[in-house]
Amino acid sequence: MEQSPDPVISLSSITKTFPGVKALSEVQLDLYPGQVTALVGENGAGKSTIVKILTGIYQPNGGAILVDGQEIQFPTAHHASDAGITAIHQETVLFDELSVAENIFIGHTPRGRFGLLDTAEMNRQAQSLLDGIGAQIDPTVRLRDLGIANKHLVAIARALSIDARVVIMDEPTAALSHKEIAELYELVEKLKAQGKAILFISHKFDEIFRIADRYTVFRDGQFVADGLISEVGEADLVQMMVGRSVEQIFPERKPTVGNEVLKIEDYAHPTEFEDIGFSLKRGEILGFYGLVGAGRSEFMQALFGITRPSSGTCRIDGEEKTIRSPADAIANGIVYVPEDRGKQGAVIGLPIFQNVTLPSLGKTSRNGFIRMAKEYGLAREYTSRLDLRAASLDQDVGTLSGGNQQKVVIAKWLATQPKVIILDEPTKGIDIGSKAAVHEFMSELAAQGLAVIMVSSEIPEVLGMSDRVIVMREGRMVAELEGEDLTPETLVRNAAGIEKA
Amino acid sequence: MSLAERHIPDRLTNPLQRALKSWEALLLVVAVTVFIINSLSSPYFLDAWNLSDATFNFTEKAMIAFAMALLIISGEIDLSVASIIALASTAMGAAVQFGAGTTEIVLIGLLVGLICGAFNGGLVTVLGLPSIVVTIGTMSLFRGISYIVLGDQAYGGYPRSFAFFGQGYVWWVISFEIVLFFVLAAAFWVLLHKTNFGRSVYAIGNNPTAALFSGIRVQRVKFILFMLTGLMAGVAAVCLTSRLGSTRPSIAVGWELEVVTMVVLGGINILGGSGSIPGVVIAAFVMGMVTFGFGLLNVPGIVMSIFIGLLLIGVIALPRLWSMFIARRG
Amino acid sequence: MVKQLTSARETILFAAILAILVLVTTRFPGFIAPGNLIDVFNDTSPLIILALGQMAVILTRCIDLSVAANLALTGMIVATLNSVNPDLPIVFIPILAVLIGAALGAINGILVWKLEIPPIVVTLGTMTIFRGIIFVISDGNWINAHEMSPAFTALPRAIFLGLPVLSWFAIVIMVASYVVITRTPLGRAFFAVGGNPHAAVYTGISIGKTQFAAFVLSGALAGLTGYLWVARYAVAYVDIAGGFELEVVAACVIGGISIAGGVGSVGGAILGAIFLGIVKNALPVVNISPFWQLAISGSAIIIAVAFNAQSSRTKGRVILKKAEHAT
Repeated sequence: MEQSPDPVISLSSITKTFPGVKALSEVQLDLYPGQVTALVGENGAGKSTIVKILTGIYQPNGGAILVDGQEIQFPTAHHASDAGITAIHQETVLFDELSVAENIFIGHTPRGRFGLLDTAEMNRQAQSLLDGIGAQIDPTVRLRDLGIANKHLVAIARALSIDARVVIMDEPTAALSHKEIAELYELVEKLKAQGKAILFISHKFDEIFRIADRYTVFRDGQFVADGLISEVGEADLVQMMVGRSVEQIFPERKPTVGNEVLKIEDYAHPTEFEDIGFSLKRGEILGFYGLVGAGRSEFMQALFGITRPSSGTCRIDGEEKTIRSPADAIANGIVYVPEDRGKQGAVIGLPIFQNVTLPSLGKTSRNGFIRMAKEYGLAREYTSRLDLRAASLDQDVGTLSGGNQQKVVIAKWLATQPKVIILDEPTKGIDIGSKAAVHEFMSELAAQGLAVIMVSSEIPEVLGMSDRVIVMREGRMVAELEGEDLTPETLVRNAAGIEKA
Repeated sequence: MSLAERHIPDRLTNPLQRALKSWEALLLVVAVTVFIINSLSSPYFLDAWNLSDATFNFTEKAMIAFAMALLIISGEIDLSVASIIALASTAMGAAVQFGAGTTEIVLIGLLVGLICGAFNGGLVTVLGLPSIVVTIGTMSLFRGISYIVLGDQAYGGYPRSFAFFGQGYVWWVISFEIVLFFVLAAAFWVLLHKTNFGRSVYAIGNNPTAALFSGIRVQRVKFILFMLTGLMAGVAAVCLTSRLGSTRPSIAVGWELEVVTMVVLGGINILGGSGSIPGVVIAAFVMGMVTFGFGLLNVPGIVMSIFIGLLLIGVIALPRLWSMFIARRG
Repeated sequence: MVKQLTSARETILFAAILAILVLVTTRFPGFIAPGNLIDVFNDTSPLIILALGQMAVILTRCIDLSVAANLALTGMIVATLNSVNPDLPIVFIPILAVLIGAALGAINGILVWKLEIPPIVVTLGTMTIFRGIIFVISDGNWINAHEMSPAFTALPRAIFLGLPVLSWFAIVIMVASYVVITRTPLGRAFFAVGGNPHAAVYTGISIGKTQFAAFVLSGALAGLTGYLWVARYAVAYVDIAGGFELEVVAACVIGGISIAGGVGSVGGAILGAIFLGIVKNALPVVNISPFWQLAISGSAIIIAVAFNAQSSRTKGRVILKKAEHAT
């Protein structure tokens, strides 16, 4: 690894406070030309805050940003992009209704006569940018008509259209398939060769070691360490991240499998999935593995009554049931803890106790009239079981920390006394410490006789937690694995559709 | 996990403390102030019959405002309520021409309100259309039908017994309308604050997706709310038609604005999710009292509408300005 | 911009307009005489101008219900100025009207931008406030033709190259809107803010400022229309153009401008306005009472918004291979 003389951009002693929270405290970050720097840290370490400061969305309360050694400020996103800093964000921040070329050039479209936007020139430049990254996309089509991977390429082309010196990639592989990830790596190499400085943010260690030249570690809003990737190991990085040596340990389980509680036969949907059938027993944890977009969540939503399958039967405790709505599902003992807990989980604005009793209002009321004492009773029972930390039960759930909000959501579902609980990506985007708590809790649920369905894209989690795993690909079940057959290799093979070597 | 169970109290502040700090308390202060100013500025104000007359300024609008409050808490809005009044009133007037009696007239008024509400609700919940546009559309459509039927004519000749709803008194100065107002206020208070249905309304307004995932039949609840709002517009149509004794297609023009203002003044968040019925009740009194006070001072109605418009914006703007001011200082 | 969808919708709308013309012509051939068509266009010009302003506002996920009140207030102010001071050169009047209208629009814009009050609430409020102010200014009186200077009332009716000046105003604004919407950063910003506000921030576009600009634009056009309206009908009073804001919103919705923001085209807004204008002018010709108009524009709003929703309904993910081939 050649030593680069000077960083392109250097942040020193950056502090950012929000009312009541210190998000960043005197952190530093240096990015070098032609090198990839991985920014590593748990959730809440301050990674996204630093990205927002770099791109001019937030202004720091203290510290300095140096570009080529000159101190500079980014009062708006425009200033940051003028300084050659560009970001490819986690969420697609593009415009569905505009054309590909318009998306690439919004904010800095080439101008023609009278200062008007020059559409022809814009399309020409967009074409050459797209060609440059090997994307075969017509710059005049609407973004809406592209697939997710192509949208990502447009985002990259957009980043490159601002003659960028610094490219920030915020979890760029989160929504991509294996093949697309490989293409992304190639692109990163190309950018490095062009001498651009790259900030790479990822939760996946294999990626970091595969692609990064340097690392910087943040913890709880503070700078921990930085250096060359070639000089550290995976364990060192984890230790720096969490401040202690942690191995991902899954709880010991002795599954005591009971009677069959759920039996699904021939579930199908016109465009999303078909031929889904399996059986689930009490005390069992059934994993659903597959690549993102394999149809797992779609099937779960049909099972929970949010969408309707075109055919299929669902038996609960041997009885055939038709589930037309979430209300039906809950009444039949099936609950669904969705992936997007912010949007689909807690009802911010309602107090804790009302959140807990929301799906169980039938139990805490008489003839539709609410009985407060019963409500508080039910809420107390389940929140204390989960060791919730709150000032009072009539506090707005929005004032709780993320972990405690999640406890409220789980308490809400347990209060319905379900038979089957579906957990969709239960540990996505949460830090290692909280992950262990969720896993512990899952095994407790199973031990109490609940049947658990866990949708997960993380192989260690699937292997560590599941008694049995169903692998889905392109909307179909491609394998049902247990015991000896359950290995990382079989999971990946089946999910990706690779023939046995 | 600690063995000693951590105790979380049910409530931290007692209900009285909380009530004193609430928007409703502030409104009550305003109401009392307006009352005092009015009684000082005009010798005619503190007269039982005058006060009783003054209640007609708000009772009919408030009846709709109760249902509208629930609708707005759930995150929807109905701008067609005044037009529903026009259509319901026209239907009642037409019924009179066919010789309908008082009972039939009232039932027709309520039924038309209910159907209009169901029409709005169906478009919003079944077809998934935004309620603002749908009800801007039906606002034209419903009143438009009245214009088609009536043109520049008017319906009259309502039976004498029909006059009771808008002109009758239950006892001394206590009018039928004010009694109905209190009964409906109590009913809506129970519905919103004491039933599962009311709880669902709050949940939907704060987070419709989470509400759906919690097993609440979101679309059904919204549909019922639109029907309820239509029904209350029908009730208001019965009272107003009875009070005026005639129907013109321009009846109750602009009421949607006053109803929404009343709801917002009552502390209902226009974006949904929070608010209470007592707030709307007090807001109704405040608006009625102010209108009456202006009337005593011979201020024309259209100038009063400036006040209503300012009130609508001011009620939302002032707390925001205040918090901006606090943030800048601290 | 949004080529496939809007061109399809514009074609349908265009076909609908032609169908109405044919239908009316079968009963009253004179309707499509060039002279009559010019009259219809001239009559629809205020609606076209206002719809183009409203379009900018709706694109940014807002709505401006105060346009008709703005029109009436600005009209009253310029009429009063003219009656008090008839010697004021006529060129200043439209300019003044644009400025007054823009200032009124800026009030809406500031409230939406700085205080983040929902636009529906702001403009419902300013709608009544503006009407109330007209009453205060005029004391409830009308300003009639004889109180206005001849130049004041003559301008919109003057014929230039075979068309009344009112129509020329509409044509110039149609062209200018097309240029602003498709060829300037501001136009692009309208789409960006409405289409994906979150992403707009990341591209350095300020949501609040863009919405403010849309309200100012809508206000300026409403102000200009205020003068044109008052001068054309040679009368100003509190209730002129009462309820016209609904027709303006109707024109936009019929023209395919999505109330959810970010979708629409200048052509659509114009065709939407012309559709309503033709219906309005055709009613008396085919012997239908003008009282039908309100119900017709209401139904048109509902049908159009239902149609929009159907055509833009997001389809579920296509995961199955065979489904992919089928579509």
